[in-house]
Amino acid sequence: MIYLDNAATTLRKPEGVAAAVAQALTSMGNSGRGAHDAALDASRVIYEARERLDRLFHAGGAQRIAFTANATQSLNTAIKGTLRSGDHVITTALEHNSVLRPLYEMQARGVELTVIPADTKGRIRYEAFEEAVRGNTRAIVCTHGSNLTGNVTDIARVGSIAGAHGLLLIADASQTAGVFDIDMQRMGIDILCFTGHKGLMGPQGTGGIAVREGVHVRPLLTGGSGIMTYSREHPDRMPTALEAGTLNGHGIAGLNAALAFLEETGLDVIRRYEQALMHAFHDAVTAIPGITVYGDFEEEERCAIVSLNVRDYDSAEVSDALYTQYGIATRPGAHCAPLMHQALGTVEQGAVRFSFSYFNTMDEVHAAAAALRELAME
Amino acid sequence: MRLVITFRTTAEAMAMERVCREQQADGRLIPVPRSISAGCGLAWCAAPQSEEALMQLMREHGVACEAVYSCLV
Repeated sequence: MIYLDNAATTLRKPEGVAAAVAQALTSMGNSGRGAHDAALDASRVIYEARERLDRLFHAGGAQRIAFTANATQSLNTAIKGTLRSGDHVITTALEHNSVLRPLYEMQARGVELTVIPADTKGRIRYEAFEEAVRGNTRAIVCTHGSNLTGNVTDIARVGSIAGAHGLLLIADASQTAGVFDIDMQRMGIDILCFTGHKGLMGPQGTGGIAVREGVHVRPLLTGGSGIMTYSREHPDRMPTALEAGTLNGHGIAGLNAALAFLEETGLDVIRRYEQALMHAFHDAVTAIPGITVYGDFEEEERCAIVSLNVRDYDSAEVSDALYTQYGIATRPGAHCAPLMHQALGTVEQGAVRFSFSYFNTMDEVHAAAAALRELAME
Repeated sequence: MRLVITFRTTAEAMAMERVCREQQADGRLIPVPRSISAGCGLAWCAAPQSEEALMQLMREHGVACEAVYSCLV
């Protein structure tokens, strides 16, 4: 199989990730629930992962990183834990349902919502953020990279707008963490939501939320914390504040190994390689008559994603033919980004998404382009 | 008598252990003794004469603690 569905999850993980999970499964106790070595080893690995994530995102300290099950949990926590009835929030048409649905839920609870529109290439106008600010605006929730087009948002620019108006910036780094440089301090990101199983190349069921010092987020879940047992309220100190219940220590051990690989390899090396694959694929497919590619390819900095359609063919049929006839794994249909599909005009047809990782090869890119060439001629 | 340093979160306790191991400082993590009221169930236990060095280390590396006790462990 040629796996080109890395925006959904990276299938191939760095060497050492599976071994770290297996090691954890056979040796790890419950972090924070005892002072014996099994429990302490869990805490040590988890703390090391926090430190690595802090180095990666410049969150302002390892304590600012809380682990969650995925970006969806992080985004729900960030959105529901900061907005209140009467607040106004700004978001974009690029967003995934993991942002939109919690926001719609808050809208039903009295939060006002403005969605910055995107053009047919999936681009937003940054001035629109400024224009949308009201007296009661509390936050901007913005993706760092579209999961459908691969367009990367100038998050530092959004951060400077948020900063100028005293707004919180909640950034969704699901598609960019582990590939793009993210500096929360420099970019003005107050809350960063990320998942562990995509660009960070860790196991599914790992993710996190990084919260800048001074920003308070009400927890989505409360319960066991290993600390302050006799308090009726969940502790409000990070990271415990956002980590009720036993952590996925086994998964985090795998994530920690993946983070070590990222540190050794370097994000620049990974990004340049993935982008070379993506641009080569884009160049090859745009030369094929009958293929429509979505997104902004004039920008050099973009995620390694190419979404396209072949003539007016159902994207599901194309993706199925790619898999059954050529063994190429892609994702068709709607990509949990309804407003983005509306802007691109692909609500009916959906789109076939090719997404590349550091472990793909140029041969695989050529094979995928050749397969599309044949399908487009049918 | 032993020096017992308590923390507010497990992450703070782990930060302490990380720094102390790196700097080869005295002590180890223990379960918080019953005689002490603490947020986190882990405490750093060391010889009383290490107090000054440990406090210095915590200041230098930005490790936060809840309280410092002298007690029988």
